[in-house]
Amino acid sequence: MSITGAVRAKGPRGAISQRVGQLAPSGIRRFFGLVSSLEGVISLGIGEPDFATPWHVTEAAIYSLEKGQTMYTATYGLPQLRHEVARYLEDRYALRYSPDDELLITVGVSQGLDLATRAILDPGDEVIVPDPGYVAYGSCVVLAGGVPLAVPTSQETDFKLEAPQVEARLSDRTKAIIIGYPANPTGAVMAKGELAGIAEIARKHNLLVISDEIYARLVYGMEHTCFATLPGMKERTILLGGFSKAYAMTGWRVGYAAARAEIIEAMSKIHQYAMLCAPIMGQVAAIEALSSGQAAVEEMVAEYDRRRRVIVKGLNDIGLSCFEPKGAFYAFPSVRGTGMSSEQFAERLLLEERVAVIPGSAFGACGEGHVRCCYAASLSDIEEALERMGRFVSRHSPG
Amino acid sequence: MKEILKTLEGNARATAEQIATMTGKSVAQVKRAIKQAEKERAIVKYKTIINWEKLGEEQVQALIEIKIAPQRDVGFDSIAERIYRFPEARSVYLVSGTYDLAVLVVGSSMHEVAGFVAQKLAPLESVQGTVTHFLLKRYKEDGEILEGETAGVRRLPLTL
Ligand SMILES: Cc1ncc(COP(=O)(O)O)c(C=O)c1O
Repeated sequence: MSITGAVRAKGPRGAISQRVGQLAPSGIRRFFGLVSSLEGVISLGIGEPDFATPWHVTEAAIYSLEKGQTMYTATYGLPQLRHEVARYLEDRYALRYSPDDELLITVGVSQGLDLATRAILDPGDEVIVPDPGYVAYGSCVVLAGGVPLAVPTSQETDFKLEAPQVEARLSDRTKAIIIGYPANPTGAVMAKGELAGIAEIARKHNLLVISDEIYARLVYGMEHTCFATLPGMKERTILLGGFSKAYAMTGWRVGYAAARAEIIEAMSKIHQYAMLCAPIMGQVAAIEALSSGQAAVEEMVAEYDRRRRVIVKGLNDIGLSCFEPKGAFYAFPSVRGTGMSSEQFAERLLLEERVAVIPGSAFGACGEGHVRCCYAASLSDIEEALERMGRFVSRHSPG
Repeated sequence: MKEILKTLEGNARATAEQIATMTGKSVAQVKRAIKQAEKERAIVKYKTIINWEKLGEEQVQALIEIKIAPQRDVGFDSIAERIYRFPEARSVYLVSGTYDLAVLVVGSSMHEVAGFVAQKLAPLESVQGTVTHFLLKRYKEDGEILEGETAGVRRLPLTL
């Protein structure tokens, strides 16, 4: 995984710390400028819902603002929200977390990842991350002074993280495993039995597991397994959950972390000094989402499922082989048949047919040969994009 | 069946092939389900929601409250039928509250609608009274927002 690029800032007078300097720049920055300069682009490169937040949620937040709820909250988050999260986890997974000291309201899962890695890592500690994987995993590990160990996954095994591959990468310095299923960028999921293999390793080697379950509600034709429900895993797991994807609430910046009290306390120490608290309007909105947003979630999931079937079939039909993604809102087809690298494919597709996708290599070395197509877009856009991609692929098929 | 009809409800022009892909059913299954739903009148009709004002068409709608003296044996049904058989009556509902039937009437002018109410509805035996509310603006119809759509909302073109 290309988390660490060349060390750029040299010498004691360099403005930028080595830790930050070694982070590779985002794999899509170049595309960003390109997309913005073109007209008529259909973007399948967006990692967020295309729905607006359910109105009852937005309305509840507006009402709270009108009432003057514009202040700081407790560092741990609004007590009512912590209670709602505790109730949700208990109803859904029969997991009991104390709202008093085992739950922390965060500024999205993004901040949850930052807090979790900083709370548990000492300099040089190693952390297993899946490759390809969400870009923040490796970067947060680096920023916390740790060393990410990329474990390869591939289309042949539906991009699942395989226990033997994980075990082969472990050393004395390995402190934790980061998993995130359903996964960005692949749409891969891991069933209970498959997660059990990872749990076994965590137990055997005394590892912590940071489980990013932001896409937990977006699964199709299967049940999501919360990692903390596996035997003996609740004590080892830092469960990160959020509202961004399931409730279409990316801009509200709110999520939560659930773990044993010792870890939550450590995370909230950092949170207190670096963030103070999550924004109150986001927290108020999250209370409304949890207490009465379930119907809206189910409606959006049903719509994603329709689009998922259209895009997976469409991609396979035009010759971009695509395993069936059972979660999140991404398809991750192979572009190897075109003879192009993922970057070449993405750039030429954008310039020639004005469809934006994300090169798989932006998510790690094992993402090479694939592109990420997000189907959180309207059906008509998806169909039009598939048509353009079909033209592009047949034009560039070797032979 | 339900999934197929839900998809169709969102877009009546979706083809059997498209619906089959979206629902993970075979084309034959989709066709069969739709045919059966049509036969059972679970699918009542395929319609289009048109914003006629966009075409400069003058169209007047009014919601008429009607108070009825229910008739022996047949209750409200027979008077409701008398009313819904008029093509001018677009929708007819029996409602609870201070009146009994809510009727949506469509015409090409206020005069025409008022005339229909005065000459056809009000004189009906067992109609005790009517109140006419002309619609001034249509914001949303059948779940679709007609005006003031959230135009201009833009997501970032790419996010990881
Ligand atoms: C796997 C994954 N985790 C976390 C996040 C960030 O979520 P949040 O909005 O809660 O910070 C994203 C957003 O794209 C994601 O894809």
